[in-house]
Amino acid sequence: MSNSKGSTWQAFRKAFARDKYLYLMFLLPFLFYLIFHYMPMYGITLAFKDYSIKQGIWGSDWVGLKYIEKFIGDPYFWQVFKNTIVLNVYNLLWSFPVPIILALMLNEVTHTKFKKMVQTISYLPHFLSVVVVVGMLNTFLSSNGVINEFLGVFGLGPYRFLAEPKYFRTVYIASGIWQSAGWGSIIYLSALSAVEQELYEAAQIDGANRWQQMLHVTLPGIAPTITIMFILETGNIMNVSFQKILLLMTSSNQVISDVISTYVYRIGIQDANFSYATGIGLFQSIVALIFVTTANFISRRVGETSLW
Amino acid sequence: MAKKKMIGTSLGGHIFSGINAFLLILITLITFYPLYYVAITSVSNGMLVMQGKVNLYPIGLTLDSYRSIMTDPQLFQSLWNSVVYTVLGTAINLIMSCLCAFPLSRRTFSGRKIFTGMIVFTMFFGGGMIPLYLVIKELKMMDTIWAIVLPVAINTYNMVIIRTSFQSLPESLFESAQLDGANDFTILFRIAIPLSKAVLATMVLFYAVSHWNSYFNAMLYLDSKDKYPLQIILKNKLISGLFSEEASQTGGSTNFNVSDSTLRSAIIMFTTLPILIVYPFVQKYFVKGVMIGSLKG
Repeated sequence: MSNSKGSTWQAFRKAFARDKYLYLMFLLPFLFYLIFHYMPMYGITLAFKDYSIKQGIWGSDWVGLKYIEKFIGDPYFWQVFKNTIVLNVYNLLWSFPVPIILALMLNEVTHTKFKKMVQTISYLPHFLSVVVVVGMLNTFLSSNGVINEFLGVFGLGPYRFLAEPKYFRTVYIASGIWQSAGWGSIIYLSALSAVEQELYEAAQIDGANRWQQMLHVTLPGIAPTITIMFILETGNIMNVSFQKILLLMTSSNQVISDVISTYVYRIGIQDANFSYATGIGLFQSIVALIFVTTANFISRRVGETSLW
Repeated sequence: MAKKKMIGTSLGGHIFSGINAFLLILITLITFYPLYYVAITSVSNGMLVMQGKVNLYPIGLTLDSYRSIMTDPQLFQSLWNSVVYTVLGTAINLIMSCLCAFPLSRRTFSGRKIFTGMIVFTMFFGGGMIPLYLVIKELKMMDTIWAIVLPVAINTYNMVIIRTSFQSLPESLFESAQLDGANDFTILFRIAIPLSKAVLATMVLFYAVSHWNSYFNAMLYLDSKDKYPLQIILKNKLISGLFSEEASQTGGSTNFNVSDSTLRSAIIMFTTLPILIVYPFVQKYFVKGVMIGSLKG
């Protein structure tokens, strides 16, 4: 037994001697993940402690499920939980298909220059900061902004898009599509370029027109990519673009716009109620993990594609 | 690749192409117009913009809005801060991502599976905002540049793209270098990095844009006004300003060339200009970079 232990140790030493520079290289990145990812993970224990500034994350006293029970019994928590889920389900329904459709449309363009131009312009909004996008929304959607002016031509409005809660989801989702649909189409375009040529030729011999080719050749060809992207999006079900929401939120639309992350931000950072906020954040992370694992499991069963 | 569509030159095919092109033009216009509108109003007469007369091209051409925003000394201080955060942050990103990606790309690296697993796990689960905030606080990084550049030193998605690119290099190159007595550092800096220039250039763009555009970390971790980046100033002027109407009143001068919305447009253009200038030159590279990343790691 001691012999086998010795030989593993020796094998390890040999490997270490061979890879010593690789280990040296990996040291800083390793510390980075340890400090900025794994230490906060340990910090989750705060949800079960009473955080005191003096004792810090490690030393604060354990209080069991006090904070977990607190948010489970808090009706406002369930309100923001519902807001998060509803916003994301709507967002998934509206935003997910758009890049796919855009990629399919671009794929049908034969004029290279025209295609390049559409791509160049549609990727651009992806590079704008969230502050700029919300700033532009504020300008365009104000009561005397361009949108209301345009609608006024048809005798509609003016609408109070930013103040009234009922418009919040539309504003959030539509601006999200505007900003990221073009960028999102890149991944589908690269999947499209891998669809085999013979399949199109076979379809043409069978008399399929271009619409039918798109439905029966192109779309199945990129189905695995669509599945993977859908899993990723489902895993993000708890992660709204909370920085954007924080900027779009006003006291009047808060009933709808307040989501878990903004609530955590308010409780944790603004009210300095760290343990309570960590507990809510933990709940969010766990639900997200369950979602992504389940989506991965289902897609592996149904379609042989999975993330891992 | 494009040739396949040329075969179907039936009437139906033409109608299909026509509708497709028309819709794409419409989409492009919808995408482009908001940016165009901001650009033209930033150089137009404030009164005319307020009356809704400026819609298709600038009217009453003037640079007064730009002159007006530039009287604020805080703007240049924060511009400088943003440049520093972006340059330093991107340099750290690039070095750290390469140092992380190279060992993970080597098939012979012992412990590669464990380390990869440890890193990938962070993509699906994390401590969340508050524990990270407290870690940074306990590390005494609050209100320093380190809180801005270190917690985001590696973006795991970008690192995986670099790793995939390193993996695609022929192993024989490394082996012959090793025979010549090169160690792994020499191989990384002399062979792997120079051969991955296109991907790394894309990563520089991604990282630099994310630093330039970031406002939330600065809001969380910085207290001193003289350390604020441009995005915070932008946020204070654009967004917080709208809800307290007096902000636009005090900003209102007797100059009719300038109005609230032309000032807003001017400051948006001012902060976005670096991106708009660089974008056309680099956009042909990043598509390639993104596609390499999507090839799966």
